[in-house]
Amino acid sequence: MAGRAVPVIPGGAAGALVVGLTLGTLAAVALRADGPAALGPADWAAVRFTLVQAVLSAVLSVALAIPVARALARRRFPGRQALVTLMGAPFVLPVIVAILGLLAVFGRGGIVNQALAALELPPISIYGLHGVVLAHVFFNLPLCVRLLLQGWSDIPAERFRLAASLGMGPGEIRRQLETPMLRAVVPGALAVVFLICMTSFAVALTLGGGPRATTVELAIYQAFRFDFDLGRAALLGGLQMALTVAAGLLALWFARTPAFGAGLDRPPQRWDAAPGWDWVWIALAALFLLVPMAMVAIRGAEGIARLEAGVWSALAQSLAVALAATVLTLTLAVPLAIGARRVRGLDVVGYLPIAASALVLGTGLFILLFPFVDPGQLTLPVTALVNALLALPFAVRVLRPAVDTIEAAHGRLADSLGLTGWSRVRWLLLPRLRPALGFAAGLSAALAMGDLGVVTLFAPPDGGTLPLYIFRLMGSFQMEAAGGAAVILLAASLALFLTFDRWGRAGA
Amino acid sequence: MLEFLNVNLRQGDFHLSASFSVEAPGIVAVIGPSGAGKSTLLAAVSGFLPPDGGDVLWLGESLIPLSPGSRPVTTVFQDQNLFPHLTAFQNVGLGLSPRLKLSSEDRGAVEDALAQVGLAGLGTRRPAELSGGQAGRVALARALVRARPIVCLDEPFSALGPSLRHEMLDLVGEVLSDALVLMVTHDPSDARRSAPRSIVVADGMAHAPKETAALLDDPPEALRSYLGAQP
Repeated sequence: MAGRAVPVIPGGAAGALVVGLTLGTLAAVALRADGPAALGPADWAAVRFTLVQAVLSAVLSVALAIPVARALARRRFPGRQALVTLMGAPFVLPVIVAILGLLAVFGRGGIVNQALAALELPPISIYGLHGVVLAHVFFNLPLCVRLLLQGWSDIPAERFRLAASLGMGPGEIRRQLETPMLRAVVPGALAVVFLICMTSFAVALTLGGGPRATTVELAIYQAFRFDFDLGRAALLGGLQMALTVAAGLLALWFARTPAFGAGLDRPPQRWDAAPGWDWVWIALAALFLLVPMAMVAIRGAEGIARLEAGVWSALAQSLAVALAATVLTLTLAVPLAIGARRVRGLDVVGYLPIAASALVLGTGLFILLFPFVDPGQLTLPVTALVNALLALPFAVRVLRPAVDTIEAAHGRLADSLGLTGWSRVRWLLLPRLRPALGFAAGLSAALAMGDLGVVTLFAPPDGGTLPLYIFRLMGSFQMEAAGGAAVILLAASLALFLTFDRWGRAGA
Repeated sequence: MLEFLNVNLRQGDFHLSASFSVEAPGIVAVIGPSGAGKSTLLAAVSGFLPPDGGDVLWLGESLIPLSPGSRPVTTVFQDQNLFPHLTAFQNVGLGLSPRLKLSSEDRGAVEDALAQVGLAGLGTRRPAELSGGQAGRVALARALVRARPIVCLDEPFSALGPSLRHEMLDLVGEVLSDALVLMVTHDPSDARRSAPRSIVVADGMAHAPKETAALLDDPPEALRSYLGAQP
């Protein structure tokens, strides 16, 4: 009933646009190539490296997240909520900022190596496979903790009460309640991290490189930038898409929902004694996340004085890109999420950009638009459009369940009043979606603000976004200035996220 | 006249059949044990559950092909009767125009309806700023402006205390006197107080309406166990 009441044409158009852009750009790049392309041994090495680092990142992130989430689930302490909120921060943290923080801790002059030197031990290097995996774990461990924590809180509190009344200890609770939950939640978490790491670019660009630590996306960058080999770039882009789609389908196959039945939403309370090493896990996780961020702030404060005027124009460009990308993302995501009420699976189209190569998307857009527009004016619009597509999966992921919740609560009343089509969107869905819209907009804006991807290929030497500006400073070893600019980028990203998120909650 | 022609309703294992007609207007209670299918019967009228077989007719015309919003029916649900993000005025206004495009005549009608249910001047409030009784009154005001000949009341006042509930039922009788009101209730005294006729729903069967007082004074077998020791 409710399905027929919502408009589907805008969603269909958005879906067609997303498919057209993702596959069309790939085709445009492939068709522009001269002669047949072939993948060399270096390309296959990149494929192998991509798979290995994605698997390692996923397994390590989830394996470490399990004890941290378990500790957070059964411990109550002041600051717990702040820590859980902080676990969401790396998601909106610009990659380049996080890398600066990790370099300040694990890099050549970082505090770990200073400590090792004081103990007269050999220094460690952050570059290569382990550096890439370290950075990916830094980003994805918090995400996994949040996913697993959700799994723990989805176990109805009544089950824990029942377990306590039966005299179950931590071991039995683990077997009877926690292991079945983990069996259901862990495959999904593994898949999410794996998919995110498959198309990793900025981390590999800064911490990887060389023949032994090149991801497919980085190989695409090199094919474009150094060899201008469009055919190879298209082949790699197609291969990356095939691998990611296959992994995504596999993940969907494995993802199950745990069957715990309904609880009465009592606040979770635990009666089993928790072991003391909970505190060790909580402390380690907090240190691992907080120290790099604190180092960014400390070093950045010193670096702000060294900033030149160029940082402000870069900031302005980044803000323009972020706002344009946010508008575009929501313009695509809202119709997809609503249209999925009528055409099952329409929202899945919104996840397609996860599999696409951002660089192929951008280059394809350039090739398609080149005949009509002056390429000098294309950098920022193309960057905004690519960022909009990259943020789309996250926006759809937020909006789709929100639409379902609204329909479940108010759909019957809307049906009985004949609220169909645009009236239903205008008077029911959009107003009720406001918190989800604010959150999705905040995510999109922060992701676009911090993105260091397609802009690396096309920005003129004296222009570009703030992440690129920082990357260039790092490339010329001006680390203090880079640190200063990183603080500004971090502040701008957080401000954008919080502004949109606040706006969303204000209507509630 | 509302007619159920060999109507068969199915929801999973649950099954309900109905074959009778109800004269309009007037308040008709729908009573019976919980889970017997009182709300299911209303859903067939309001359009939320298409019957497996049979037909539902109003004035001789089938309601089946019509969507819930285009039936000559207004439903007041047990809960979620108001959109929480809209004001009382807007919630009532939606009853006149789903696009909420209201002429000055419409706006007057909304104000009149709010005044009729005793909420004059409270149009700008949102549901969160209204008491449970006031929210029920807004839903009634919307039923008023919709002016549909059939009104389905699916226990909308069951969360209210007895005296407030009686007040609301009296208000229903007062303002909706031209309509056929089908009122689900699990309280026999509500039926006795407000509904001259009652439909008994029990054991997979909805029975033709009978005089309420007679039904309750000498209940048939299906109703007797439900009523228990009540007079």
